[in-house]
Amino acid sequence: MKIVVCVKYVPDAQADRHFAADYTTDRDGVDGLLSELDEYAVEEALKVSEAAGDSTVTVLTVGPEAASDALRKALQMGADAGVHVVDDALHGSDALATSLVLAKALGKLEYDLVLTGMASTDGGMSVVPAMLAQRLGIPQVTFAGSLTVTGGSVRIERDGDTSTEVIEASLPAVVSVTDQINDPRYPSFKGIMAAKKKPVTTWSLADLGVSGDEVGASAAWTAVAEIAARPPRAHGQVVTDEGDGGNKLVSFLAGAKLV
Amino acid sequence: MAQVLVLVDHVEGSVRKTTTELLTIARRLGEPAAVFIGKGYDQAAGTLAEFGAGTVYQVEGDVEDYLVVAKAEAIAAAVEQAGGAGALAALLIGSNPEGKEIAARLAVTLGGGIITDAIDVQSGPDGGPLTTQSAFAGSYAVTARVTKGLPVITVKANSATPEPAAGAGATPTVVTVSVTPSDLAKSAKVVERKPKAKSGRPDLSEAAIVVSGGRGTNGDFRAVEALADALGAAVGASRAAVDAGWYPHSSQIGQTGKQVSPQLYVAAGISGAIQHRAGMQTSKTIVAINKDPEAPIFELADFGVVGDLFTVLPQATEEIVKHKG
Repeated sequence: MKIVVCVKYVPDAQADRHFAADYTTDRDGVDGLLSELDEYAVEEALKVSEAAGDSTVTVLTVGPEAASDALRKALQMGADAGVHVVDDALHGSDALATSLVLAKALGKLEYDLVLTGMASTDGGMSVVPAMLAQRLGIPQVTFAGSLTVTGGSVRIERDGDTSTEVIEASLPAVVSVTDQINDPRYPSFKGIMAAKKKPVTTWSLADLGVSGDEVGASAAWTAVAEIAARPPRAHGQVVTDEGDGGNKLVSFLAGAKLV
Repeated sequence: MAQVLVLVDHVEGSVRKTTTELLTIARRLGEPAAVFIGKGYDQAAGTLAEFGAGTVYQVEGDVEDYLVVAKAEAIAAAVEQAGGAGALAALLIGSNPEGKEIAARLAVTLGGGIITDAIDVQSGPDGGPLTTQSAFAGSYAVTARVTKGLPVITVKANSATPEPAAGAGATPTVVTVSVTPSDLAKSAKVVERKPKAKSGRPDLSEAAIVVSGGRGTNGDFRAVEALADALGAAVGASRAAVDAGWYPHSSQIGQTGKQVSPQLYVAAGISGAIQHRAGMQTSKTIVAINKDPEAPIFELADFGVVGDLFTVLPQATEEIVKHKG
């Protein structure tokens, strides 16, 4: 089975995240890493691959030079090969362009299953998997909390508001997974050493037959007009319960006309 | 005026509050119209009319079991009936996982720019929609617009106060849209649904008040639930509580759960880790109860009580019941 995991290199959510002067997410002046939610996708790919036998896991990313760190982490976890699409013209791309480039890259790879995280931890749009499936003309199954592959189809469970749904789709398919699906493994020392020898292919837009006009800030279908830093919430009043904490809480709510 | 298409979110004809918010927003941008998929239109018609839908594109066809692709195809067919993507001012869809995927696919197939998780939409200086979004766990407010093609915007719950349309009441014009799901649409199917028991409490994404419990409850949510019921609130849970199996994932508030913005958010026994804050940081008023005076949640709270939730919450509940009685 050939599995491709699409991953993203993002600013560390625990650190200071901010925008650059051109209103794009600053990816250069910050510590970046493999998006935490993508770890679940990499882990699931490894589990499916191990269960199926005779399988490969390739990790694919579209991002700046530093995005190779994201690929490296996945390779250390156990993925077999990496593909990195990097090109200056990509700067400022929107989700439509990202999904286009991912689709073109997948067009050059063989895959039975494409796995992704449920959202990136920076943009958080959750739209790329759906766009990718649309562009590839294959089914999408998203927010999987559990995943089983049997023969030529995939079966997932996902936790909705009013019901839990069991969904089946024929392969090849795009499947996004939640953080409920597994516990991502930590790279072992052996895995870290082995990763150094694993192949990483680098592609430019030209390698994919994508013109610079189709991607980047100038091709984007949306534009940011303004960004305003929100002041941190003002520190409110904190009282210590001395047998009347609940009453004081209600006084506050009543004063704010919330009860 | 150009039409603004709103996808109706309903349960067998009972229209959800989020749809009335979208119709209210639609009136700022153009002439509201609705796309209705599924059963129960007769029940929904009145609400849709009340909030200004002049036209309803009622989809006929076996769409519901086939997930987002079928729904996206149905909306695309409705768009055709409305005169094509170029004839519309915008397409508005509620910002839930399914809504965002439908919006995503339509942006690709109809040729449009997509903006997700808008917390406000106004008419911009160029006549098109101008959106506000919250970025990086509430640290930034971003104003944006679609620059070409059809504006496809997903809007979070509680982003607008629903207002009935002035002079509304006229029955909307109904345009029937017949669709047959494509083979691609049929390639993913819901094979089983296991319904969940209804709690009788408001929907978490839409509720005006949310009371959440975390690790500090030690698995016993009764005090949290009693307070929620006294306030008429929904009950949420931190990721720790969900991971421990105390509450279902659909109740999880946080980066990988729901992001809510209610009038009042009460966090009981929740430390306030960043991934939780990402789910509730923009609530209008935040109250926290925690034994640990150093808990990061207190930095966010408008009012905090350092104490044991097992004594503070029941006292508060009793006081509220008295106050209301």
